[in-house]
Amino acid sequence: MNLLQLLLEALESLNSNKMRSGLTVLGIVIGVAAVIAMMAVGNGAQASILGSINGVGTNLLFVFSGARNNAAVKNPRPITMTDANAMMDLYAAPDIKAVAPVLQGNAIADFGGNTKTTTVIGVTPDYYPVRNISLLDGEFINQSNQLGRASVAVIGVDVADALFNRRDGLVGETIRIANSPFRIVGVLTPAGGSSFGSQDNEVLVPITTAQARLITRPTPDAVDTVYVEATDFSTVGAASDEISQILRTRHRTQVGLDDFTVFTQQSILSTVQNVTGVLTIFLGGIAAISLLVGGIGIMNIMLVSVTERTREIGLRKALGARKRDILIQFLVESSLLSLIGGIIGILFGWLIAFVVGRIATATGNNFTPVVGMDAILLATLFSAAVGLFFGIYPANRAAGLEPVEALRYE
Amino acid sequence: MDLVVEVKDLRKVYKMGEVEVEALCGATLTIQRGEVVAIMGPSGSGKSTMMNILGCLDRPTSGDYILDGQSVATLNDDQLAAIRNHKVGFVFQSFNLLSRQTALSNVELPLRYAGQMSNRRQRAREALEAVGLGDRITHRPTELSGGQQQRVAIARAIVNDPAIVMADEPTGNLDSKVGREIIALLLNLNKQRGTTLIIVTHDAAIGQQAQRIIHIRDGMVEDLNGDRK
Ligand SMILES: Nc1ncnc2c1ncn2[C@@H]1O[C@H](COP(=O)(O)OP(=O)(O)OP(=O)(O)O)[C@@H](O)[C@H]1O
Ligand SMILES: [Mg+2]
Repeated sequence: MNLLQLLLEALESLNSNKMRSGLTVLGIVIGVAAVIAMMAVGNGAQASILGSINGVGTNLLFVFSGARNNAAVKNPRPITMTDANAMMDLYAAPDIKAVAPVLQGNAIADFGGNTKTTTVIGVTPDYYPVRNISLLDGEFINQSNQLGRASVAVIGVDVADALFNRRDGLVGETIRIANSPFRIVGVLTPAGGSSFGSQDNEVLVPITTAQARLITRPTPDAVDTVYVEATDFSTVGAASDEISQILRTRHRTQVGLDDFTVFTQQSILSTVQNVTGVLTIFLGGIAAISLLVGGIGIMNIMLVSVTERTREIGLRKALGARKRDILIQFLVESSLLSLIGGIIGILFGWLIAFVVGRIATATGNNFTPVVGMDAILLATLFSAAVGLFFGIYPANRAAGLEPVEALRYE
Repeated sequence: MDLVVEVKDLRKVYKMGEVEVEALCGATLTIQRGEVVAIMGPSGSGKSTMMNILGCLDRPTSGDYILDGQSVATLNDDQLAAIRNHKVGFVFQSFNLLSRQTALSNVELPLRYAGQMSNRRQRAREALEAVGLGDRITHRPTELSGGQQQRVAIARAIVNDPAIVMADEPTGNLDSKVGREIIALLLNLNKQRGTTLIIVTHDAAIGQQAQRIIHIRDGMVEDLNGDRK
């Protein structure tokens, strides 16, 4: 018998009990849709988080004062401007391209009665290339601002909105930060709704100005974080070693007692990848269970169908059907059930993922569920396997019936 | 003598828990090619049991059965399926048609299991025409009378040109007039095609139309030669 004939006959047989076939298919639809949607959401979350990390720049390293995971280190020495400058040594640190120390604190900015609590960051001109800053308007803080401890500021759009209700024509205006007047020289491009690494509610000022007037630390030369840009993605590891070497020498730390921490994007990236990967597998696993339940539904229906059609099976055997003919007939039926369920499920899962993406966008989250080819393939294979696996037992039972016994069955 | 059925010492025992029912106890008979044979006997004497074994729907507990020159006892499941498909056409008392399918599809079924790909439609249609149902090929069994349904079943039995057509009380579910028509049809097929015909019946009038009556009683064939006429 050819395949088309088998398919037509199976369709006809499934069609003869629409309600039952429909409900069985529904079980598979829910399972497959859940797998697709869950994996899409998981992948989307991963892509979104990785995207915002990548947006920061994968060549980037962060240097903090203090040791992580080492309680033996007491009284860490702060990292200073001098430390940061030492990292620019071409001989000691050939893999470092740029260094941007920052000093960070909160302050109130105000203009004409409008106020906004914001993050003030003291930066050097190198902050601009290192952090990939882009400006909506104006210029970034330059070398002479830095040397002259100028009262100039680059503001984020949230600050602009709060103080001026507009984003353009602000260069030259003077706002007050912690009651000192600062002249606006530039406006930052909005970073978007993502809460991770948002630059929208920030005010950037020269680090020298911040040290002198806005943010005071016990050690006058201290900075909070040093952003370091490696020459290349592949030299991040070497750059990290060089930084450690320089700081160990300068801080005279004992072996194994570093009083600073170097973070690379890669270490963050792999951690996040791990976490979101586990999340995706977990979501997919839950969905797979519902697919399994759908499969048991198929088996149940096929068993009922075999019992109901015992006489038919007996007759077919009396007319010359072999074991394998009957086996194939029932397997085609169960596979068809799960295949139809699988196809509808994929479309449905896609729809769910799409709707979730829309809702995320509408609520201001920069998040797009990704329906991957892998998820579709997985769901298709899995549902086909479910159909075959749960169809085999009933089909075998049908095929093994003796013709007389089956014909006698009432 | 060209024997198409050769049965020797056939026994069939049904085990029902502790109790054993001996439906056939040493039945022996032979049937010649092209013969029309009626099998008669009281209810419960083993006629259907015999027919099921002759039609290869069931296996005997012991005894020899040679069908069309081939010993059946040694065949495996697939070979038996092929025998049922090619050599035997079975007509049941209760028609046994697939109710969801048209008369044509029902008749086509044995051809499909025969692996016949070409001109299936054509052969099925011819078989339906041979039983006088050329104008009912697209009807489903529920849209046919009992007599018409049995005609479809007969068409299905002869579509593969089997050596033997076996009918177990083919008129049992029909009134006597329609029953006579069905028997006439079967006899006609025998005459036209030379198909061997074995009919189980309780009706003496039908028995009279056969060339030979084999009487079965208590699982035994009463007289090896039957009432040859
Ligand atoms: N599946 C079975 N299990 C147990 N006993 C059976 C089975 N089939 C038939 N028998 C027994 O075998 C004997 C012969 O039955 P069979 O059906 O061959 O009779 P029959 O001659 O066809 O009767 P009828 O004229 O009523 O159709 C009976 O005693 C019956 O009870
Ligand atoms: Mg009987």
